[in-house]
Parts: sequence; structure tokens; C-alpha cells
Amino acid sequence: MSLIENRFNKNLIVTSADYFINWGRANSLWPVSFGLACCAIEMMATGMARYDIARFGAEAFRPSPRQADLMIVAGTITHKMASRVKLIYEQMSEPKYVMAMGSCACSGGPFVKHSYAVLKGADLVIPVDVYIPGCPPRPEALLEGLMKLQKLIRQKSIAKK
Amino acid sequence: MTANVIFEKLRARFGEGIEFQDNSLLPFIKVRPDSIRKVADILRNNPDLGFDSLMCLTAVDNPANFTIVYFLFSMKHQHKVTLKVETPKDNPNVPTVEKIWSAANWFEREVYDLFGVKFDGHSNLVRIMLPDDWEGYPLRKDYQYPATYRGLPL
Repeated sequence: MSLIENRFNKNLIVTSADYFINWGRANSLWPVSFGLACCAIEMMATGMARYDIARFGAEAFRPSPRQADLMIVAGTITHKMASRVKLIYEQMSEPKYVMAMGSCACSGGPFVKHSYAVLKGADLVIPVDVYIPGCPPRPEALLEGLMKLQKLIRQKSIAKK
Repeated sequence: MTANVIFEKLRARFGEGIEFQDNSLLPFIKVRPDSIRKVADILRNNPDLGFDSLMCLTAVDNPANFTIVYFLFSMKHQHKVTLKVETPKDNPNVPTVEKIWSAANWFEREVYDLFGVKFDGHSNLVRIMLPDDWEGYPLRKDYQYPATYRGLPL
């Protein structure tokens, strides 16, 4: 501290680049605005005033994947939809994060056996950062998952990807 | 009008070749595949019958045949009737009723998608829900589940 002591004005904050960038990334996650099934209803409820995802800086649901950095896979992914989900993920710019919301997106949920149409988990097509179990998960659970993701982002470093 | 009366009116117009089965749960009129178009036309356009709404069109995989089931409703008279058409298991083929009730377009595509029943004269008989490159018809009783689809486990 001695090197910079008394050399700057009083309103200067010293921090690391990692901390500063992660602080920005974690607190303004912009989700892609898309839902696949009933979990999307809970996701919408999380966006509304009662649960208010804006408290965590993730309220800017973008209709274009190019402007988003968080994908909340909210609902059942059918095999026909899987290629579209993958395409949306690939269209998002780095850094990008994925939350699998609900049992279906985590593992196929109630369709895990005897279904010819449902993908058995989002992680078969895209890398998932946070899994939120529940059928569907309550808005509190989605916010818990969001906070877990923020914790994850804060641990990352720009030095190594 | 009850199904019985509807059947009598229909037979007066159409003649022989249709059959009434008075099942207490669901009375229905059995129609041969080659007559379904004409029967549908009478049901729709006769003012006494006036079946302007095709509520549902579905199929059943019976041991001996595929049965296509038509659930009809008349908004004007507030009455219902059920039609059944049987088609053989090998080469299932039924004339389309798309020209009479346009709702049949998607219903028939769905039955084609899941049962593999072909509808003669349909304007766009392609899969509606499953991917275009899907093989087989999943709601058939003898359907064998594939292990994977495009390399992903099913």
C-alpha cells in the first residue's frame, strides 16, 4: 500500500480486474426470453413484482440471443426442439451461462422412461452451469439458482478460461 | 337429435352401406372408407344435420385394423355424432375430409404422424409434431423404440 498511499484523491477504490469484471457480469445477467413449457410460467412469475428478479440484476429478458448472456432452459426439451435450443445457445455471445430449470431440463423429468419425443436433459446438447430441480421449481428456487450462478461467476478468472 | 335419429336421417339420404352401433357409452355410425366423403358431405350440408364442426379426429390401433374416429358437433342444433372408419393394417388408406372440415387438415396430419394412416387427397400430408426425418409411427402397438435419435439417447 505504501506505493500508492497519499498519491490519489480520496474517492479511489483499488481492486483486481477479476473482481471488477466478475462483479459486473454477475450482477447484470441478461437472460434470453424464451420458455419451453410450464416452467416458463414460473420464470415469468419470477420476473414480476412479487419475486422480482430485478433485485438480482437479471430482469432484462432479451428477445435476441445476441444480446443475452444467460439461458434459462425453462421446460421440457423435445428432440425436435433440441436443435433449436442448441442454435440459440450458439448464437449467444461469450461469456454465456446456462441454467437448466425444472426436472425436464435437468434429466427428462417424468418423461425419462417410455417417451420417444423428449430429450433426457439439456446437458446432452449444451453445457449446463446450474441445475434447478422441481416440477416446476418455485420462483424462490429459480432465484436460489441465480444466486448460485452469480457465486460461480465470481469465482471465474479472465486469466484462464 | 340423438345419434339414432341422426343415423335414420343420414340413411334416408345416403342409402345402405352404413351401420349404426348403439353402444350405451358412445353410439357411433360405422362407415366404409369409400363412402366417408359422401357421408361427411351430407352431414355437413344437410340443414337438418348441420354438422359444421369437426371437434376431433383420431385413430385407434385395433388388433385387426386401424379405426379412424370422427367426432362431429353441430353449433346450430347442438347435437353430436361419432363416425368410425376401419382401414386395413397393411396399407392403411382413408379419403381425406379436409375439403369438408378444414380442421381435418392438422388432425389428419397428426394421425399420419403417429399412426402412419395415409389420407388420400390431403393437401399437405407431412409430419406435424415429430421431426421430418423420424422413422416409424410411435402410437402403433408394434412400434419398437429406437435407442437413439441423431446420436442422442431416447
